[in-house]
Amino acid sequence: MQNVDDIKQSYPLFREDEYKGVLNRKQSDYEHQHARDKVDETFLWTTSEEYQELNFQREALTINPAKACQPLGAVLCSLGFEKTLPYVHGSQGCVAYFRTYFNRHFKEPVACVSDSMTEDAAVFGGQKNMIAGLENAKALYKPEMIAVSTTCMAEVIGDDLNAFIGNAKKAEAVEEDFPTPFAHTPSFVGSHITGWDNMFEGIGRYFTLNYMEDKEVGSNGKINLVPGFETYLGNYRVIRRMMEEMGVEYSLLSDPSEVLDTPADGEYRMYEGGTSQDEIKDAPNALDTILLQPQQLVKTKKLVSGTWKHSVPDLNIPMGLEYTDSFLMEVSRITGKPIADSLARERGRLVDMMTDSHTWLHGRKFALYGDPDFTLGLTKFLLELGAEPTHVLCQSGTKRWEKRMKKMLDTSAPVNHGVKLYSRHDLWHFRSLMFTDRPDFMIGNSYGKFIQRDTLHKGKEFEVPLIRLGFPIFDRHHMHRATTLGYEGAMQMLTTLVNAVLERLDDETRLMAQTDYNYDLIR
Amino acid sequence: MALRQAAIYGKGGIGKSTTTQNLVAALAEMGKNVMIVGCDPKADSTRLILHSKAQTTVMNLAAEAGSVEDLELEDVMAVGYGDVKCVESGGPEPGVGCAGRGVITAINFLEEEGAYDEDLDFVFYDVLGDVVCGGFAMPIRENKAQEIYIVVSGEMMAMFAANNISKGIVKYANSGGVRLAGLICNSRNTDCEDELIEALASRLGTTMIHFVPRDNVVQHAEIRRMTCIEYDPKAKQSDEYRTLAKKVLENQHFVVPTPLEMDELEELLMEFGILEEEDESIVGKKADEAVA
Repeated sequence: MQNVDDIKQSYPLFREDEYKGVLNRKQSDYEHQHARDKVDETFLWTTSEEYQELNFQREALTINPAKACQPLGAVLCSLGFEKTLPYVHGSQGCVAYFRTYFNRHFKEPVACVSDSMTEDAAVFGGQKNMIAGLENAKALYKPEMIAVSTTCMAEVIGDDLNAFIGNAKKAEAVEEDFPTPFAHTPSFVGSHITGWDNMFEGIGRYFTLNYMEDKEVGSNGKINLVPGFETYLGNYRVIRRMMEEMGVEYSLLSDPSEVLDTPADGEYRMYEGGTSQDEIKDAPNALDTILLQPQQLVKTKKLVSGTWKHSVPDLNIPMGLEYTDSFLMEVSRITGKPIADSLARERGRLVDMMTDSHTWLHGRKFALYGDPDFTLGLTKFLLELGAEPTHVLCQSGTKRWEKRMKKMLDTSAPVNHGVKLYSRHDLWHFRSLMFTDRPDFMIGNSYGKFIQRDTLHKGKEFEVPLIRLGFPIFDRHHMHRATTLGYEGAMQMLTTLVNAVLERLDDETRLMAQTDYNYDLIR
Repeated sequence: MALRQAAIYGKGGIGKSTTTQNLVAALAEMGKNVMIVGCDPKADSTRLILHSKAQTTVMNLAAEAGSVEDLELEDVMAVGYGDVKCVESGGPEPGVGCAGRGVITAINFLEEEGAYDEDLDFVFYDVLGDVVCGGFAMPIRENKAQEIYIVVSGEMMAMFAANNISKGIVKYANSGGVRLAGLICNSRNTDCEDELIEALASRLGTTMIHFVPRDNVVQHAEIRRMTCIEYDPKAKQSDEYRTLAKKVLENQHFVVPTPLEMDELEELLMEFGILEEEDESIVGKKADEAVA
């Protein structure tokens, strides 16, 4: 039994004889389980080539998706703007999901409201909810901008945000000039990255589309940086640091790194930091706009090149050595500022680290999954480290992602590389691959831990350890504060990767008098 | 000329698709670049232009490919008579799914794939019978169709529908630029039809832009899956459609409609003898009671 003076979690509590007895009785009396050997046999079958073949023939079912839905991305984008309240037009449960999802990752409260559409709204349309919702949200939470996105329910019945928000303003729910950018974000289309892109386009459009007459490309001398769906707070900070070290004037368009990392000093902040309205209004006056995750930002690119008339250089995510080089050189070219010496030194340190760890990373096999730009950048960096990417899975990837990956592999990977690409596949596909073509490690978000458990269940020699890089990371703390972009990000990722290799080696070589001849103090 | 986008609404079976395609054929004949977007799961908005039974629809192709993102513009767009571009949104069988969402998906797809190119003069949306849900109002959202034509005849239900559609337009007109551009009377040879529709139009604050008389040549053309314009360019009816096209081309009378209340509409119908005055004394009486 639980003892009030020594409360135990399920583990180790359930290891006590009393609980073991209860569980056994429950299983034998009520659960009618298959015999242990039958369960084991089936488990083994799910690890086979034969099963993989069947698994990859799946058509109408996704198991353990490696992506989230559009409004989640829209909410993150909105959080990156100053005193902005993300507002989701639709059902309440969806918003509870977005909030908990971010809570669990960032370990921070996330302010976001819904207008609670219920059955009557599904029949009559959600205009009433919009009118009351905007009025209440503004009165209660005093934002300076409300960014509206939608859930599936509003999308299926075809609610028209533009008309509804216009009518809400006519009904004086909020003032005519109160900023209410919006984006349609049906969850059944695309993923969280599409939602981020749509919301950014909505905000950009709202503040610039009808105010282009007095805008002139280059007149403010700044460079715009659009992050896309970015959950590593260190990435916002490293981008700022690199720009500041170069003395480049810039606007980071959407930056939630303050509101998602507020200090515990006794004061709750619903809003903190973020891109100001003035910055986004002024954005068309910049010299140019760089999209940090260009594969995600399709609609954004159309707005930036079509309306703002920026050239939008064709770059990749600034991850790893070469892509960071190209990013900085492009910033230098656009602004005319030389690359800072401090950054050149930082680059040198990264190269030094890469050579120091090369012996341990060379030839190590990594399978990875995540968003399109992340998988592109990380695969590229792994190749730079001399590691061998094996399987790269991107559920939100398209044929365009595959093309871009192939183009990168053609120039960056050894001629006979065996990198296999899987767009629109899920983590159940990935699980099969981890059994049939075992890499040394897999890289991805927290959900990979269940694949690691399954591979260990087959036997220690089959275990594929998970290295946590991506989103979400629910089961380790503070990793959302880390950096993955720039030389700094490369250093951090390299540290994570090489130490995972060394941890694993220690783990395998610490068996006394069996493998400990290689259990070395110095690695 | 700048792109004009128009949506055609009206009661089911009134002849929207036939009228739209003949109108579009006439515009194409004048050298205009036109696209038709069928917004009806029946997918019969382009058959006369394409001479086909039914064009393969966006939603059908999307269902086959697994996702609309897998489609290319050329998969869904066909070019027919007079280089008219044709797209059908398509949708589910009756009784399942959500046809309105099909319309939203299809139009979003066309926008994203750049179907609205700069050479286009006109886009016509041929929309299912009644504006039954938000999806069927997609064509009249901001930055889409700004002018709406309602096809109507002198029959009572057609006029009810026209009035209801006007109510829908008011909702969107209040917050955006969409306007009622006129009624097109597709004649059913009812009594005083033209005067009646003119009266209805003026009550709605708009005009009867054209009275299209009934002519069997339309049916003859339709059997051959052709527009009247193509089948028999010399027919009198073809000239009627040309006149309609010319009027649409020159139309500048765009209004926020003033829909009628139910009793106003009934009064109007009574005025023209279409509806008899209600005799309150017979309401709820059975046959034998009425005799007594």
